[in-house]
Amino acid sequence: MNILVIIEHKNGVMHRMSKEAIAGAQKIGGNITALVIGENSDSVADELSSFQIEKTLLVTNEKVTSYNVDGYKEIILQVVKVVNPEFIITGHTYQARDFMPRLSASLDIPFIPDLVSVENSSYIKQIMNSKLNASISSSNGPVLISFQSASFSEENISKGSSSLEKFEVTLDASNIRSTVDEPFQESASEVDLESAELIVSVGRGIEKEENTSIAFDLAQVLGAEVSASRPVVDAGWLPSSRQVGSSGSTVSPKLYFSLGVSGAIQHVVGMKGSKNILAINKDPDAPIFEIADYAVVGDLLDIIPKLIEKLKDL
Amino acid sequence: MIINQKYMKIAVLVKQVIGSESALEISSDQKWIDESNATFVMNPPDNYAIEEAMQIKEKLGDGEVVIVSMGPQRVQKVIREGLSKGADRGIHIETQESKNIDPLEVAKNICNSIEQENFDLILSGLQSDDTGMGQTGVLIGELLNMSTATLAIETEIDQETIKVKRELESGWFQWVTLDSPASVSIQSGINQPRYPSLKGIMGAKKKEIKVIAASIEDSKQNLDKIFVPQKSKETEVIDTDVDASVDRIVDILRSEIKAF
Repeated sequence: MNILVIIEHKNGVMHRMSKEAIAGAQKIGGNITALVIGENSDSVADELSSFQIEKTLLVTNEKVTSYNVDGYKEIILQVVKVVNPEFIITGHTYQARDFMPRLSASLDIPFIPDLVSVENSSYIKQIMNSKLNASISSSNGPVLISFQSASFSEENISKGSSSLEKFEVTLDASNIRSTVDEPFQESASEVDLESAELIVSVGRGIEKEENTSIAFDLAQVLGAEVSASRPVVDAGWLPSSRQVGSSGSTVSPKLYFSLGVSGAIQHVVGMKGSKNILAINKDPDAPIFEIADYAVVGDLLDIIPKLIEKLKDL
Repeated sequence: MIINQKYMKIAVLVKQVIGSESALEISSDQKWIDESNATFVMNPPDNYAIEEAMQIKEKLGDGEVVIVSMGPQRVQKVIREGLSKGADRGIHIETQESKNIDPLEVAKNICNSIEQENFDLILSGLQSDDTGMGQTGVLIGELLNMSTATLAIETEIDQETIKVKRELESGWFQWVTLDSPASVSIQSGINQPRYPSLKGIMGAKKKEIKVIAASIEDSKQNLDKIFVPQKSKETEVIDTDVDASVDRIVDILRSEIKAF
Protein backbone atom coordinates (compact mmCIF):
# COMPACT_ATOMS: atom_id res chain seq x y z
CA MET A 1 0.00 0.00 0.00
CA ASN A 2 1.38 3.40 -0.99
CA ILE A 3 1.18 6.39 1.30
CA LEU A 4 2.02 9.96 0.34
CA VAL A 5 2.85 12.36 3.19
CA ILE A 6 2.96 16.03 2.24
CA ILE A 7 5.60 17.85 4.25
CA GLU A 8 5.23 21.46 5.39
CA HIS A 9 8.33 23.50 6.08
CA LYS A 10 9.41 27.05 6.73
CA ASN A 11 12.89 28.59 6.74
CA GLY A 12 14.43 25.17 6.24
CA VAL A 13 12.64 23.65 9.24
CA MET A 14 10.10 20.85 8.98
CA HIS A 15 6.73 21.52 10.64
CA ARG A 16 6.40 19.48 13.81
CA MET A 17 3.00 18.22 12.65
CA SER A 18 4.56 16.91 9.42
CA LYS A 19 6.78 14.71 11.57
CA GLU A 20 3.72 13.57 13.51
CA ALA A 21 2.12 12.78 10.13
CA ILE A 22 5.12 10.58 9.28
CA ALA A 23 4.69 8.81 12.64
CA GLY A 24 1.00 8.33 11.86
CA ALA A 25 1.77 7.05 8.37
CA GLN A 26 4.26 4.54 9.82
CA LYS A 27 1.57 3.34 12.22
CA ILE A 28 -0.84 2.78 9.31
CA GLY A 29 2.00 0.99 7.51
CA GLY A 30 2.97 0.91 3.86
CA ASN A 31 5.42 2.32 1.35
CA ILE A 32 5.75 5.90 2.48
CA THR A 33 6.73 8.66 0.10
CA ALA A 34 7.34 12.11 1.57
CA LEU A 35 6.78 15.10 -0.70
CA VAL A 36 8.67 18.34 -0.15
CA ILE A 37 7.71 21.31 -2.32
CA GLY A 38 9.61 24.56 -2.65
CA GLU A 39 12.99 26.08 -2.10
CA ASN A 40 15.29 26.14 0.91
CA SER A 41 14.41 22.56 1.76
CA ASP A 42 17.78 20.76 1.80
CA SER A 43 17.85 20.41 5.58
CA VAL A 44 14.25 19.12 5.53
CA ALA A 45 15.16 16.50 2.91
CA ASP A 46 18.20 15.60 5.02
CA GLU A 47 16.09 14.99 8.09
CA LEU A 48 13.60 12.90 6.12
CA SER A 49 16.44 10.71 4.84
CA SER A 50 16.95 9.48 8.41
CA PHE A 51 13.37 8.22 8.72
CA GLN A 52 12.20 4.76 7.85
CA ILE A 53 10.29 5.65 4.72
CA GLU A 54 10.70 4.62 1.11
CA LYS A 55 11.75 7.92 -0.37
CA THR A 56 11.48 11.66 -0.42
CA LEU A 57 10.41 13.50 -3.56
CA LEU A 58 11.67 17.03 -3.90
CA VAL A 59 9.88 19.45 -6.21
CA THR A 60 11.31 22.83 -7.03
CA ASN A 61 9.71 25.01 -9.65
CA GLU A 62 10.18 28.71 -10.32
CA LYS A 63 6.42 29.22 -10.51
CA VAL A 64 5.91 27.90 -6.94
CA THR A 65 8.87 28.96 -4.82
CA SER A 66 6.71 29.26 -1.70
CA TYR A 67 3.26 28.05 -0.69
CA ASN A 68 0.49 28.81 -3.16
CA VAL A 69 -2.73 26.81 -3.11
CA ASP A 70 -3.07 26.53 -6.89
CA GLY A 71 0.57 25.61 -7.38
CA TYR A 72 0.49 23.03 -4.61
CA LYS A 73 -2.64 21.46 -6.02
CA GLU A 74 -1.14 21.14 -9.51
CA ILE A 75 2.14 19.72 -8.21
CA ILE A 76 0.51 17.20 -5.85
CA LEU A 77 -1.85 16.00 -8.61
CA GLN A 78 1.16 15.24 -10.78
CA VAL A 79 2.90 13.41 -7.94
CA VAL A 80 -0.25 11.44 -7.10
CA LYS A 81 -0.41 10.12 -10.69
CA VAL A 82 3.03 8.57 -10.27
CA VAL A 83 2.92 7.47 -6.62
CA ASN A 84 -0.65 6.19 -6.79
CA PRO A 85 -1.26 6.44 -3.03
CA GLU A 86 -4.06 4.87 -0.99
CA PHE A 87 -3.53 7.56 1.66
CA ILE A 88 -2.54 11.17 1.25
CA ILE A 89 -1.60 12.40 4.71
CA THR A 90 -0.76 15.77 6.29
CA GLY A 91 -0.78 17.36 9.72
CA HIS A 92 -4.01 19.32 10.22
CA THR A 93 -2.25 22.65 9.78
CA TYR A 94 -3.71 25.87 8.41
CA GLN A 95 -1.85 25.15 5.18
CA ALA A 96 -3.35 21.65 4.89
CA ARG A 97 -6.82 23.11 5.49
CA ASP A 98 -6.15 25.40 2.54
CA PHE A 99 -5.07 22.87 -0.12
CA MET A 100 -6.40 19.45 0.95
CA PRO A 101 -10.04 20.23 0.03
CA ARG A 102 -8.86 21.35 -3.43
CA LEU A 103 -7.24 17.93 -3.92
CA SER A 104 -10.33 16.19 -2.57
CA ALA A 105 -12.64 17.86 -5.08
CA SER A 106 -10.19 17.52 -7.92
CA LEU A 107 -9.49 13.81 -7.33
CA ASP A 108 -13.06 13.10 -6.20
CA ILE A 109 -11.88 11.32 -3.07
CA PRO A 110 -12.92 12.21 0.49
CA PHE A 111 -10.89 14.40 2.82
CA ILE A 112 -11.43 13.23 6.40
CA PRO A 113 -9.71 15.91 8.49
CA ASP A 114 -8.40 16.54 11.98
CA LEU A 115 -8.18 12.88 13.05
CA VAL A 116 -7.15 11.92 16.55
CA SER A 117 -6.51 8.29 15.62
CA VAL A 118 -6.89 5.64 12.95
CA GLU A 119 -8.04 2.21 14.04
CA ASN A 120 -8.16 -0.44 11.33
CA SER A 121 -10.16 1.36 8.67
CA SER A 122 -11.97 3.63 11.10
CA TYR A 123 -11.03 7.27 11.26
CA ILE A 124 -11.65 8.82 14.68
CA LYS A 125 -12.46 12.51 14.76
CA GLN A 126 -13.78 14.85 17.42
CA ILE A 127 -17.21 16.35 16.76
CA MET A 128 -19.57 18.70 18.60
CA ASN A 129 -16.75 20.96 19.73
CA SER A 130 -14.82 17.89 20.91
CA LYS A 131 -17.53 16.79 23.31
CA LEU A 132 -17.99 13.58 21.32
CA ASN A 133 -15.93 11.40 19.00
CA ALA A 134 -17.07 10.04 15.66
CA SER A 135 -15.86 6.91 13.93
CA ILE A 136 -15.91 7.47 10.18
CA SER A 137 -15.21 5.01 7.38
CA SER A 138 -14.71 5.47 3.69
CA SER A 139 -16.59 3.18 1.33
CA ASN A 140 -13.62 2.35 -0.86
CA GLY A 141 -10.64 3.76 -2.67
CA PRO A 142 -8.06 6.28 -1.57
CA VAL A 143 -8.58 8.92 1.10
CA LEU A 144 -7.05 12.20 2.14
CA ILE A 145 -6.57 12.48 5.90
CA SER A 146 -5.01 14.98 8.29
CA PHE A 147 -3.98 14.43 11.89
CA GLN A 148 -4.79 16.74 14.76
CA SER A 149 -1.78 18.13 16.57
CA ALA A 150 -0.20 15.64 19.02
CA SER A 151 -2.28 12.69 17.84
CA PHE A 152 1.03 11.01 17.08
CA SER A 153 4.40 11.76 18.59
CA GLU A 154 7.48 12.54 16.54
CA GLU A 155 9.41 10.65 19.20
CA ASN A 156 7.81 7.47 17.85
CA ILE A 157 9.15 7.91 14.31
CA SER A 158 10.99 4.78 13.21
CA LYS A 159 14.46 5.72 12.08
CA GLY A 160 16.15 4.25 9.04
CA SER A 161 17.40 5.56 5.78
CA SER A 162 15.65 6.59 2.63
CA SER A 163 16.49 7.99 -0.75
CA LEU A 164 15.96 11.43 -2.19
CA GLU A 165 14.71 12.03 -5.71
CA LYS A 166 14.05 15.19 -7.63
CA PHE A 167 10.60 15.18 -9.18
CA GLU A 168 10.06 17.31 -12.26
CA VAL A 169 6.72 19.00 -12.79
CA THR A 170 5.36 21.03 -15.67
CA LEU A 171 3.14 23.87 -14.56
CA ASP A 172 0.80 25.91 -16.69
CA ALA A 173 0.92 29.47 -15.39
CA SER A 174 -2.75 29.96 -16.23
CA ASN A 175 -3.66 27.40 -13.53
CA ILE A 176 -2.16 29.62 -10.86
CA ARG A 177 -4.91 32.09 -10.14
CA SER A 178 -3.71 33.60 -6.91
CA THR A 179 -0.59 35.50 -5.98
CA VAL A 180 0.80 35.58 -2.48
CA ASP A 181 2.68 38.35 -0.69
CA GLU A 182 5.40 37.71 1.86
CA PRO A 183 4.11 36.45 5.23
CA PHE A 184 4.37 39.00 8.04
CA GLN A 185 3.79 39.33 11.78
CA GLU A 186 1.67 42.15 13.16
CA SER A 187 3.38 42.52 16.47
CA ALA A 188 7.12 42.41 16.15
CA SER A 189 8.15 40.15 18.96
CA GLU A 190 10.91 37.73 19.78
CA VAL A 191 8.62 35.31 21.60
CA ASP A 192 9.37 31.76 20.57
CA LEU A 193 6.73 29.70 22.29
CA GLU A 194 7.23 26.61 20.19
CA SER A 195 10.70 25.93 21.53
CA ALA A 196 10.02 27.05 25.12
CA GLU A 197 10.57 24.33 27.75
CA LEU A 198 8.34 25.99 30.32
CA ILE A 199 5.26 28.06 29.60
CA VAL A 200 3.03 30.09 31.89
CA SER A 201 -0.26 30.69 30.10
CA VAL A 202 -2.82 33.39 30.81
CA GLY A 203 -6.55 32.93 30.37
CA ARG A 204 -9.56 35.13 30.87
CA GLY A 205 -9.56 34.09 34.53
CA ILE A 206 -6.74 36.56 35.13
CA GLU A 207 -9.64 39.06 35.16
CA LYS A 208 -7.88 42.25 34.05
CA GLU A 209 -4.95 43.51 32.07
CA GLU A 210 -2.85 44.70 35.02
CA ASN A 211 -3.02 41.21 36.56
CA THR A 212 -1.02 39.80 33.63
CA SER A 213 2.08 41.06 35.48
CA ILE A 214 1.55 38.16 37.91
CA ALA A 215 2.09 35.74 35.04
CA PHE A 216 5.26 37.54 33.97
CA ASP A 217 6.56 37.49 37.54
CA LEU A 218 5.92 33.77 37.83
CA ALA A 219 7.49 33.17 34.41
CA GLN A 220 10.57 35.09 35.45
CA VAL A 221 11.06 33.03 38.59
CA LEU A 222 10.65 29.78 36.63
CA GLY A 223 12.54 30.90 33.52
CA ALA A 224 9.39 30.36 31.47
CA GLU A 225 7.75 32.08 28.49
CA VAL A 226 4.30 33.65 28.80
CA SER A 227 1.50 32.62 26.46
CA ALA A 228 -2.20 33.46 26.28
CA SER A 229 -5.56 32.16 25.15
CA ARG A 230 -7.47 33.89 22.36
CA PRO A 231 -9.87 35.90 24.58
CA VAL A 232 -6.87 37.51 26.32
CA VAL A 233 -5.36 38.45 22.95
CA ASP A 234 -8.69 39.67 21.57
CA ALA A 235 -9.05 41.88 24.67
CA GLY A 236 -5.66 43.40 23.84
CA TRP A 237 -4.05 42.36 27.14
CA LEU A 238 -1.27 40.42 25.41
CA PRO A 239 -0.05 40.45 21.76
CA SER A 240 -1.15 37.80 19.25
CA SER A 241 2.41 36.47 19.04
CA ARG A 242 1.78 34.98 22.50
CA GLN A 243 -1.39 33.17 21.50
CA VAL A 244 -1.59 29.40 21.85
CA GLY A 245 -4.30 27.44 20.07
CA SER A 246 -5.74 26.76 16.66
CA SER A 247 -5.11 30.33 15.53
CA GLY A 248 -1.84 30.72 17.40
CA SER A 249 1.14 28.59 18.27
CA THR A 250 1.09 24.87 18.93
CA VAL A 251 3.33 24.04 21.85
CA SER A 252 4.53 20.94 23.67
CA PRO A 253 6.71 22.16 26.56
CA LYS A 254 7.86 20.18 29.57
CA LEU A 255 5.50 22.27 31.69
CA TYR A 256 2.36 24.13 30.64
CA PHE A 257 1.24 26.09 33.67
CA SER A 258 -2.14 27.65 32.90
CA LEU A 259 -3.61 30.47 34.94
CA GLY A 260 -7.35 30.92 34.57
CA VAL A 261 -7.52 29.24 31.16
CA SER A 262 -10.95 27.61 30.76
CA GLY A 263 -9.80 25.10 28.13
CA ALA A 264 -11.91 25.77 25.04
CA ILE A 265 -11.08 23.28 22.29
CA GLN A 266 -9.52 26.02 20.16
CA HIS A 267 -6.96 26.50 22.91
CA VAL A 268 -6.54 22.86 23.86
CA VAL A 269 -5.49 21.71 20.37
CA GLY A 270 -2.51 24.05 20.71
CA MET A 271 -1.18 22.72 24.01
CA LYS A 272 -2.51 19.24 24.74
CA GLY A 273 0.82 17.73 23.63
CA SER A 274 2.53 19.32 26.65
CA LYS A 275 4.39 16.81 28.80
CA ASN A 276 2.91 18.16 32.03
CA ILE A 277 -0.15 20.34 32.38
CA LEU A 278 -0.65 22.18 35.66
CA ALA A 279 -3.87 24.19 35.59
CA ILE A 280 -5.31 26.65 38.09
CA ASN A 281 -8.95 27.59 37.79
CA LYS A 282 -11.68 28.72 40.14
CA ASP A 283 -14.24 26.56 38.37
CA PRO A 284 -13.91 22.86 39.35
CA ASP A 285 -15.73 21.96 36.10
CA ALA A 286 -13.38 23.91 33.82
CA PRO A 287 -12.70 21.78 30.70
CA ILE A 288 -8.94 22.38 31.08
CA PHE A 289 -9.02 20.02 34.07
CA GLU A 290 -10.03 17.18 31.71
CA ILE A 291 -6.59 17.21 30.15
CA ALA A 292 -4.57 18.47 33.14
CA ASP A 293 -2.13 16.32 35.08
CA TYR A 294 -2.58 18.59 38.07
CA ALA A 295 -5.84 20.47 38.62
CA VAL A 296 -5.59 23.21 41.22
CA VAL A 297 -9.03 24.50 42.17
CA GLY A 298 -8.69 28.00 43.55
CA ASP A 299 -8.18 31.68 42.93
CA LEU A 300 -4.99 32.29 41.03
CA LEU A 301 -4.85 35.85 42.37
CA ASP A 302 -4.41 34.39 45.88
CA ILE A 303 -2.23 31.43 44.99
CA ILE A 304 0.27 32.78 42.46
CA PRO A 305 1.69 35.74 44.46
CA LYS A 306 2.33 33.39 47.40
CA LEU A 307 3.82 30.79 45.06
CA ILE A 308 6.19 33.39 43.61
CA GLU A 309 7.36 34.36 47.10
CA LYS A 310 7.95 30.74 48.01
CA LEU A 311 9.85 29.99 44.80
CA LYS A 312 12.04 33.04 45.33
CA ASP A 313 12.99 31.74 48.79
CA LEU A 314 14.14 28.36 47.51
CA MET B 1 -19.25 59.87 -8.40
CA ILE B 2 -20.02 56.25 -9.01
CA ILE B 3 -16.72 55.16 -10.52
CA ASN B 4 -16.07 52.70 -7.74
CA GLN B 5 -19.40 51.08 -8.05
CA LYS B 6 -19.45 47.44 -8.93
CA TYR B 7 -22.24 44.97 -8.78
CA MET B 8 -21.04 41.94 -6.90
CA LYS B 9 -23.06 38.81 -6.50
CA ILE B 10 -22.15 37.05 -3.27
CA ALA B 11 -23.28 33.68 -1.91
CA VAL B 12 -22.90 32.95 1.79
CA LEU B 13 -22.95 29.28 2.76
CA VAL B 14 -24.53 28.73 6.14
CA LYS B 15 -25.21 25.65 8.21
CA GLN B 16 -27.64 25.03 11.00
CA VAL B 17 -26.01 23.16 13.87
CA ILE B 18 -26.91 21.92 17.32
CA GLY B 19 -26.25 24.80 19.74
CA SER B 20 -23.39 24.62 22.21
CA GLU B 21 -25.84 24.79 25.13
CA SER B 22 -28.05 22.05 23.73
CA ALA B 23 -28.50 18.60 25.24
CA LEU B 24 -26.28 16.07 23.47
CA GLU B 25 -27.88 12.67 23.79
CA ILE B 26 -26.53 10.00 21.51
CA SER B 27 -29.34 8.50 19.42
CA SER B 28 -30.30 4.86 19.89
CA ASP B 29 -28.57 3.74 16.68
CA GLN B 30 -25.42 5.51 17.98
CA LYS B 31 -25.00 7.26 14.66
CA TRP B 32 -26.03 10.79 15.60
CA ILE B 33 -27.51 12.99 18.29
CA ASP B 34 -31.09 12.48 19.41
CA GLU B 35 -32.47 15.66 17.91
CA SER B 36 -35.83 15.58 19.68
CA ASN B 37 -34.38 17.50 22.66
CA ALA B 38 -31.78 19.47 20.70
CA THR B 39 -31.84 23.18 20.01
CA PHE B 40 -30.50 24.49 16.73
CA VAL B 41 -28.60 27.64 15.89
CA MET B 42 -26.76 29.25 13.02
CA ASN B 43 -23.26 27.73 12.95
CA PRO B 44 -21.44 30.49 14.88
CA PRO B 45 -18.55 31.02 12.37
CA ASP B 46 -21.12 31.57 9.58
CA ASN B 47 -22.29 34.78 11.25
CA TYR B 48 -18.93 36.34 10.36
CA ALA B 49 -19.28 35.27 6.72
CA ILE B 50 -22.74 36.89 6.50
CA GLU B 51 -21.46 40.10 8.08
CA GLU B 52 -18.46 40.23 5.73
CA ALA B 53 -20.75 39.76 2.72
CA MET B 54 -23.01 42.58 3.91
CA GLN B 55 -20.04 44.91 4.47
CA ILE B 56 -18.61 44.15 1.00
CA LYS B 57 -21.94 44.87 -0.64
CA GLU B 58 -22.37 48.08 1.34
CA LYS B 59 -18.83 49.22 0.54
CA LEU B 60 -19.18 48.56 -3.19
CA GLY B 61 -22.54 50.29 -3.19
CA ASP B 62 -24.40 47.60 -5.08
CA GLY B 63 -24.74 43.85 -5.27
CA GLU B 64 -26.71 40.92 -4.06
CA VAL B 65 -26.17 38.65 -1.05
CA VAL B 66 -27.74 35.21 -1.27
CA ILE B 67 -27.88 32.87 1.75
CA VAL B 68 -27.44 29.22 0.78
CA SER B 69 -28.06 26.31 3.13
CA MET B 70 -28.52 22.58 2.82
CA GLY B 71 -30.46 20.37 5.21
CA PRO B 72 -33.98 19.46 6.26
CA GLN B 73 -36.88 21.91 6.42
CA ARG B 74 -35.71 23.38 9.74
CA VAL B 75 -32.67 25.05 8.14
CA GLN B 76 -34.94 27.69 6.64
CA LYS B 77 -34.76 29.31 10.06
CA VAL B 78 -31.07 30.19 9.62
CA ILE B 79 -31.64 31.30 6.02
CA ARG B 80 -34.36 33.62 7.34
CA GLU B 81 -31.94 34.85 10.00
CA GLY B 82 -29.48 35.84 7.26
CA LEU B 83 -32.27 37.58 5.36
CA SER B 84 -33.22 39.51 8.48
CA LYS B 85 -29.66 40.82 8.64
CA GLY B 86 -30.08 42.28 5.17
CA ALA B 87 -29.32 39.48 2.71
CA ASP B 88 -31.48 39.66 -0.41
CA ARG B 89 -32.74 36.13 -0.92
CA GLY B 90 -32.16 32.52 0.04
CA ILE B 91 -31.60 29.13 -1.55
CA HIS B 92 -32.55 26.05 0.44
CA ILE B 93 -31.26 22.71 -0.80
CA GLU B 94 -33.63 20.40 0.97
CA THR B 95 -32.65 16.97 2.22
CA GLN B 96 -34.75 14.31 3.92
CA GLU B 97 -31.88 13.22 6.13
CA SER B 98 -31.17 15.29 9.19
CA LYS B 99 -27.43 15.11 8.80
CA ASN B 100 -25.05 14.63 5.95
CA ILE B 101 -21.54 13.69 6.85
CA ASP B 102 -19.95 13.65 3.40
CA PRO B 103 -18.69 17.12 2.46
CA LEU B 104 -18.11 16.15 -1.18
CA GLU B 105 -21.76 15.14 -1.56
CA VAL B 106 -22.83 18.38 0.10
CA ALA B 107 -20.53 20.41 -2.14
CA LYS B 108 -21.75 18.70 -5.31
CA ASN B 109 -25.37 19.34 -4.36
CA ILE B 110 -24.68 22.98 -3.63
CA CYS B 111 -22.79 23.30 -6.93
CA ASN B 112 -25.70 21.86 -8.87
CA SER B 113 -28.04 24.34 -7.23
CA ILE B 114 -25.94 27.48 -7.61
CA GLU B 115 -23.84 26.97 -10.74
CA GLN B 116 -26.29 28.90 -12.93
CA GLU B 117 -26.14 31.86 -10.55
CA ASN B 118 -22.53 32.65 -11.50
CA PHE B 119 -21.56 34.14 -8.16
CA ASP B 120 -18.55 36.47 -8.11
CA LEU B 121 -17.78 35.50 -4.56
CA ILE B 122 -18.71 32.64 -2.23
CA LEU B 123 -18.10 33.13 1.48
CA SER B 124 -18.29 30.47 4.18
CA GLY B 125 -17.44 30.16 7.87
CA LEU B 126 -14.15 28.43 8.60
CA GLN B 127 -15.78 25.25 9.87
CA SER B 128 -18.95 23.92 11.42
CA ASP B 129 -19.30 23.46 15.15
CA ASP B 130 -20.88 20.02 14.71
CA THR B 131 -18.75 17.89 12.40
CA GLY B 132 -15.92 20.39 11.87
CA MET B 133 -15.02 19.19 8.38
CA GLY B 134 -13.94 22.70 7.37
CA GLN B 135 -13.86 22.23 3.62
CA THR B 136 -17.21 22.75 1.89
CA GLY B 137 -16.47 26.27 0.60
CA VAL B 138 -13.13 25.22 -0.86
CA LEU B 139 -14.59 22.05 -2.42
CA ILE B 140 -17.21 24.16 -4.15
CA GLY B 141 -14.53 26.60 -5.30
CA GLU B 142 -12.59 23.76 -6.91
CA LEU B 143 -15.69 22.14 -8.44
CA LEU B 144 -16.81 25.46 -9.95
CA ASN B 145 -13.30 26.34 -11.14
CA MET B 146 -13.02 29.35 -8.84
CA SER B 147 -9.91 30.54 -7.02
CA THR B 148 -9.91 29.83 -3.28
CA ALA B 149 -8.52 31.08 0.01
CA THR B 150 -9.15 30.09 3.62
CA LEU B 151 -9.09 31.70 7.06
CA ALA B 152 -9.48 35.27 5.81
CA ILE B 153 -9.14 37.77 8.64
CA GLU B 154 -9.53 40.85 6.39
CA THR B 155 -10.86 41.42 2.87
CA GLU B 156 -10.08 44.18 0.40
CA ILE B 157 -12.43 44.01 -2.50
CA ASP B 158 -12.79 46.65 -5.20
CA GLN B 159 -13.76 46.68 -8.85
CA GLU B 160 -10.41 45.18 -9.87
CA THR B 161 -9.30 42.66 -7.34
CA ILE B 162 -10.22 40.31 -4.52
CA LYS B 163 -7.53 40.54 -1.85
CA VAL B 164 -7.71 38.67 1.42
CA LYS B 165 -5.46 38.63 4.43
CA ARG B 166 -5.03 35.00 5.46
CA GLU B 167 -4.28 34.03 9.01
CA LEU B 168 -1.30 31.67 9.15
CA GLU B 169 -0.07 29.94 12.28
CA SER B 170 1.89 31.43 15.18
CA GLY B 171 0.77 35.02 14.68
CA TRP B 172 1.74 35.24 10.98
CA PHE B 173 -0.41 36.65 8.19
CA GLN B 174 -0.25 36.82 4.42
CA TRP B 175 -2.07 38.83 1.75
CA VAL B 176 -3.32 36.80 -1.20
CA THR B 177 -4.70 38.28 -4.41
CA LEU B 178 -7.29 36.09 -6.10
CA ASP B 179 -8.65 35.96 -9.62
CA SER B 180 -12.41 36.38 -9.75
CA PRO B 181 -14.60 34.45 -9.12
CA ALA B 182 -13.39 33.25 -5.74
CA SER B 183 -14.54 31.13 -2.82
CA VAL B 184 -13.19 32.33 0.52
CA SER B 185 -13.60 30.95 4.02
CA ILE B 186 -13.79 33.54 6.77
CA GLN B 187 -11.94 33.35 10.08
CA SER B 188 -14.08 34.06 13.14
CA GLY B 189 -13.37 37.47 14.65
CA ILE B 190 -12.91 39.24 11.28
CA ASN B 191 -15.77 41.64 12.08
CA GLN B 192 -18.54 42.37 14.55
CA PRO B 193 -21.63 40.55 13.28
CA ARG B 194 -24.73 42.71 13.34
CA TYR B 195 -28.00 41.81 14.99
CA PRO B 196 -31.13 41.82 12.89
CA SER B 197 -33.22 44.96 13.28
CA LEU B 198 -36.97 44.75 13.83
CA LYS B 199 -37.42 46.20 10.35
CA GLY B 200 -35.03 43.57 9.03
CA ILE B 201 -36.99 40.77 10.68
CA MET B 202 -40.26 42.07 9.25
CA GLY B 203 -38.71 42.55 5.80
CA ALA B 204 -37.20 39.06 5.79
CA LYS B 205 -40.63 37.48 5.82
CA LYS B 206 -41.29 38.78 2.31
CA LYS B 207 -37.95 37.72 0.84
CA GLU B 208 -37.71 34.76 -1.49
CA ILE B 209 -36.32 31.39 -0.40
CA LYS B 210 -35.99 29.10 -3.38
CA VAL B 211 -36.26 25.42 -2.41
CA ILE B 212 -34.36 22.84 -4.45
CA ALA B 213 -34.48 19.11 -3.66
CA ALA B 214 -31.10 17.57 -2.88
CA SER B 215 -30.07 14.39 -4.57
CA ILE B 216 -27.65 12.31 -2.54
CA GLU B 217 -26.15 9.65 -4.77
CA ASP B 218 -23.29 7.84 -3.15
CA SER B 219 -21.77 8.97 0.08
CA LYS B 220 -18.05 8.24 0.05
CA GLN B 221 -17.72 8.56 3.79
CA ASN B 222 -19.99 7.14 6.44
CA LEU B 223 -20.42 7.97 10.07
CA ASP B 224 -20.46 4.56 11.71
CA LYS B 225 -20.71 5.49 15.36
CA ILE B 226 -20.44 8.38 17.77
CA PHE B 227 -19.29 7.96 21.33
CA VAL B 228 -18.11 9.76 24.44
CA PRO B 229 -14.31 10.00 24.42
CA GLN B 230 -12.43 8.16 27.13
CA LYS B 231 -10.42 10.34 29.42
CA SER B 232 -6.84 9.33 28.83
CA LYS B 233 -5.16 10.97 31.79
CA GLU B 234 -5.07 10.61 35.54
CA THR B 235 -5.59 14.03 37.04
CA GLU B 236 -4.52 14.92 40.56
CA VAL B 237 -7.06 17.38 41.92
CA ILE B 238 -5.71 19.88 44.43
CA ASP B 239 -8.67 21.53 46.10
CA THR B 240 -7.53 22.85 49.43
CA ASP B 241 -6.60 26.13 51.13
CA VAL B 242 -4.17 28.57 49.56
CA ASP B 243 -1.08 27.69 51.61
CA ALA B 244 -1.48 23.95 51.17
CA SER B 245 -2.03 24.47 47.42
CA VAL B 246 1.13 26.57 47.17
CA ASP B 247 3.16 23.93 49.02
CA ARG B 248 1.88 21.15 46.80
CA ILE B 249 2.59 23.18 43.62
CA VAL B 250 6.17 23.85 44.75
CA ASP B 251 6.59 20.14 45.39
CA ILE B 252 5.20 19.21 41.96
CA LEU B 253 7.39 21.75 40.18
CA ARG B 254 10.51 20.68 42.03
CA SER B 255 10.17 16.91 42.48
CA GLU B 256 7.74 15.65 39.86
CA ILE B 257 8.09 17.93 36.84
CA LYS B 258 11.63 19.02 37.73
CA ALA B 259 10.96 22.47 36.35
CA PHE B 260 14.04 23.80 38.15
